[in-house]
Amino acid sequence: MLDTVNLGCERGERMLFAGLDLAVAPGSLLRVAGPNGTGKTSLLRMLCGLLEPTTGEVRWNGINIRRQREDHLKNLVYIGHLNGVKDDLTVIENLKVAQAVAGRNVDAAELRKALESVNLAQFENTIARRLSQGQRRRVALARLFATNNAPLWVLDEPFTALDQRGVTALSQAIASHVGNGNMVVFVTHQDVAIEVQHQQHVEIAGSAAAGAEA
Amino acid sequence: MLSVLLQVIRRDLLLAIRQKSDVVNTLFFFVVVVTMVPLGIGPEPALLRDVAAGVVWVAALLAAILSLPRLFANDYADGTLEQMLLSAEPLSLIVLGKALAHWLVTGLPLTLMAIVFGVLFDLDWNATAVLVASLALGTPVLSLIGSIGAALTLGLRGGGVLTSLLVLPLYIPVLIFGAGSVNAAISGVGITAYFLLLGAFLLFTAVLMPWAVAVALRISIE
Repeated sequence: MLDTVNLGCERGERMLFAGLDLAVAPGSLLRVAGPNGTGKTSLLRMLCGLLEPTTGEVRWNGINIRRQREDHLKNLVYIGHLNGVKDDLTVIENLKVAQAVAGRNVDAAELRKALESVNLAQFENTIARRLSQGQRRRVALARLFATNNAPLWVLDEPFTALDQRGVTALSQAIASHVGNGNMVVFVTHQDVAIEVQHQQHVEIAGSAAAGAEA
Repeated sequence: MLSVLLQVIRRDLLLAIRQKSDVVNTLFFFVVVVTMVPLGIGPEPALLRDVAAGVVWVAALLAAILSLPRLFANDYADGTLEQMLLSAEPLSLIVLGKALAHWLVTGLPLTLMAIVFGVLFDLDWNATAVLVASLALGTPVLSLIGSIGAALTLGLRGGGVLTSLLVLPLYIPVLIFGAGSVNAAISGVGITAYFLLLGAFLLFTAVLMPWAVAVALRISIE
């Protein structure tokens, strides 16, 4: 269970949003929308603990994430704007190193399976420098599939640079992750239909934020 | 927990091997500075013996500063640093791993090269051994102190100059006692005190710096 209390964000002396109360329960999906520059990425970074909230707090299972960083991070996979892919490493090395540094399993068979899930199996030993933008994105997304026990996914524009097939596969993966009783928070400008039972939609617009249950 | 330390070291060494030019640049700089000095000041053996320790130590220090920006900047740019901050493992351990890897590709080769430079500057074996030992103790301190400078200036424009300004004053004690130990050995004074101080610097920075760097990185990445 992830929730925020009176969350506010100020960037460069401009209040992006304030008084945001969100609650993401197990088995639900939260979609954050809004025009450019309204603080969607800042909100997601706050949910991960990368950015200190200006006001309010982010809580994981009812406790402020700052007081239980390890427990919160163990349960979280964050895919941001940056792919976190090293140009000089091969695809499989990238995935392995990312998982190892995160303190997660590096079982070779499971990593290979994760690469298959993002349709990169045949590029396993390709240096990341030679990959296209969409393929790099898929290397980053492979972390979602390699980490099977993280109940919270926070995804910032996950569909960027993906082809139609990739978009479909990822939206299915999100739906099944939520269906299994996990949580997904994501931002997207694309019109992607994700079939889940509990779906929330938050629109951040200017300094006023409005939430709606769907 | 220790496995993450080893994994980070392995990762950074692998990256250093794949991107050799960075490492070679630093070492080449060190070699050039040290070998040019005798040509500049003349081949008088007594003079060379006197300046040897200072020259090697100053060159090592500058080479370390030269290599600092790549400690975190690349990881910051491609997003892997962000992922390190989201690791469930202690960030200070990851930072310690990165500092150790940095030492393995800069400090350690510099230390080994100093054996040859002892000959170049006509030092006797005893003084050369002291020079190498002082570098072995002192260069990890340079990597550890440097990491705090690199972390604090992450993402700033002109960060390189600022890093030098931040880090240089902290390097001075290491330089004084590092070079001082060799000169003490040459003039026959006891060197124990110098090495105890260098060892104390190393322990102090190894304990405190990873923690301070972790805090600095969390601030920088906001």
